[in-house]
Amino acid sequence: MKFEWTVALRFLREGRMQTALIIGGATIGVGLIVLITGLINGLQGDLIRRTLGTLPHIVVRPPDEINRGQLAQAQGGIGAASAAAEKARLSLPDIPSNAEALASTQRKVEALANTQARAQRLRSIDQWQQLAAQISATPGVVAVSPNVSGAALALRGEADKAVNLQGVEPAPFLRVTKFDEKITAGTFQLNTGDIVIGTQLAKDLGVGIGDKLRIQTARNAGDAFTVRGLFDAGNRDANRRNVYVNFRTGQSLLDLAGGASNIDISIEDVFRAEEVAKALRQRTDQQVESWIETSSQLFVAISNQTFFTRLIRIFVAVIVAVGITSVLVVSVVQKQKEIGILRAMGAARGAILRVFLLQGAVIGLAGAILGSGFGTLLMAFISRVFKSPDGSAFLRLQIAPELYAAAVGISLVFGVLAAIMPARRAASLDPAQAIRI
Amino acid sequence: MSQPILALKGVRKTYNAGTDVAQEVLHGIDLELQSGEFVALIGPSGSGKSTLLNIIGLLEPATSGSYRLDGREVTQLSEDEMTRARLETLGFVFQFHHLLPAFSALENVQIPGLMRDGSYTPERRAEALRLLEAVGLKGAEQKKPAQLSGGMQQRVAIARALALSPKLVLADEPTGNLDTKTADDIFALLRRFNQERGTALLVVTHDADLAARCDRVVRLVDGVIAEDKLIHASAAPV
Ligand SMILES: Nc1ncnc2c1ncn2[C@@H]1O[C@H](COP(=O)(O)OP(=O)(O)OP(=O)(O)O)[C@@H](O)[C@H]1O
Ligand SMILES: [Mg+2]
Repeated sequence: MKFEWTVALRFLREGRMQTALIIGGATIGVGLIVLITGLINGLQGDLIRRTLGTLPHIVVRPPDEINRGQLAQAQGGIGAASAAAEKARLSLPDIPSNAEALASTQRKVEALANTQARAQRLRSIDQWQQLAAQISATPGVVAVSPNVSGAALALRGEADKAVNLQGVEPAPFLRVTKFDEKITAGTFQLNTGDIVIGTQLAKDLGVGIGDKLRIQTARNAGDAFTVRGLFDAGNRDANRRNVYVNFRTGQSLLDLAGGASNIDISIEDVFRAEEVAKALRQRTDQQVESWIETSSQLFVAISNQTFFTRLIRIFVAVIVAVGITSVLVVSVVQKQKEIGILRAMGAARGAILRVFLLQGAVIGLAGAILGSGFGTLLMAFISRVFKSPDGSAFLRLQIAPELYAAAVGISLVFGVLAAIMPARRAASLDPAQAIRI
Repeated sequence: MSQPILALKGVRKTYNAGTDVAQEVLHGIDLELQSGEFVALIGPSGSGKSTLLNIIGLLEPATSGSYRLDGREVTQLSEDEMTRARLETLGFVFQFHHLLPAFSALENVQIPGLMRDGSYTPERRAEALRLLEAVGLKGAEQKKPAQLSGGMQQRVAIARALALSPKLVLADEPTGNLDTKTADDIFALLRRFNQERGTALLVVTHDADLAARCDRVVRLVDGVIAEDKLIHASAAPV
């Protein structure tokens, strides 16, 4: 390969202006791609952060209707029983007893289907500890936070406000929601007797850090709590209604001792929420909802945006590739004499092919490296100059190594692909023809 | 009798075969060259000298006939095998020297070695420097072809043709666009390498004086060998 490298680099150096121009073109192209990608990733990240706020990516709840839910569970039981029967049949072919188990489960299901719906009340997820452990082990899941939530009343002196009481385990809860970023005063501290409330509720009730208020529910006369933190979730309703207490405290206030009314999940790639949710649905009869379902409009908007930016990037890449191709085609014509003499002297067609493929690769690589720098400068410029209404940077500068790795990889591949046609042309030059010129 | 370096039998060449403009340029050439022979190929313009040289140089195939190069039948070789044979057995010198303009004189001479070995070795470099000195270009090693005169460029081309010590060097009008004095020097150089290294040479020339300084003169007229005569005893060991 030393021969090919030597000749390829020398040819590029010889074509000074041409080489400089096409590497410049590739630099601008890659820079544009890096910029657009960084911009869109930044904007979408921002949009998701703002819109989804502190919502978990996936929530697991008990099934809506009690009958249907238990029916499903019972059906799950049938499935398990028949699977067990199958297993048993495979290992111990002579034992028929599992058929009986199957029949009894079926009877149970029929009985259940006829049961009346129970009065709606806060229910716990069945065996949530086990389920939470299972979810934690699911690929793509970053954090899992079981909690209880239900209606309650916040009282202070004469005033009372209806609130949505949430009992959470602080550490996993913060990992799922990054709620600590929303705290505007105090800390997200939740020992027994501590409470964290929204700024709006604090205003409505006239309380501040260290003040006491009372929380009461339909089933529990309630307790006094000390306000340890105030949050601003960026949403007035949330700031007015949500209050956070310790998980255990929440369980007893909501009369759900040992239970969890929902499991909040955060995942690595928010756009794969539906995939992860689907995987979870196959494992549990509980209701699994991803943000993609609950905020489908946002998701569609983001998907469209992603599609169009991808289209733009492909166009830019193709334009750069066409530029590389045309420059190399010209170079092959200019150098046909030299190529002919190299062939006559004993350079194989494959070697000539590689000389030109290498030139494409070098142009692509140089464009990728320079373009990454160029794109980053543009991003830095934009994030410095353009500000959001609230004064924060309009675009967070994201130095994502994957982005640069992808830029280099794609540019390299496009460079080589762009060189294929001219390289084949060069390799098929007839040396006898070339030296007669 | 030493083994012939090349042996052509009944070689014909038709251009544009199978079309209206089909034209047979060589009409059955029989030619043998012994190792170390210094042969001039002369003849009027259009008689087929370059065509014959290209066939011998494995740059284009004969339409029919047999061709043994260095004891091996080469008419059936694949393109890549022919390329390999060119690299290992043959050296070329052309009228328009065809040096690579982006490479220095020294690098041009080292290119065949780079192609064969895949690297610049110190031995090849030393050999290239020796060759450049032998062709009288000591001190011009780092110059680019554009910085050299026509005669000097042709000397580089000769050094390059000899870089891998080929058994046969083919030269198509190597002095065609040089003045008489320079042409004389170049010819002397070819003769010297022929004597010192025993390299066989087949040189196309229009210059009768130069042809007369070879061991043997082959005259081609209208695609047939009209005359083939020995004029000096070959320098090569017989
Ligand atoms: N590629 C080709 N296609 C068609 N005809 C060709 C081709 N190359 C050469 N010819 C023809 O073959 C004949 C011999 O050409 P060639 O170049 O071998 O002659 P030459 O003896 O080298 O002439 P000169 O002394 O002018 O160089 C000429 O009539 C030429 O037109
Ligand atoms: Mg000719």
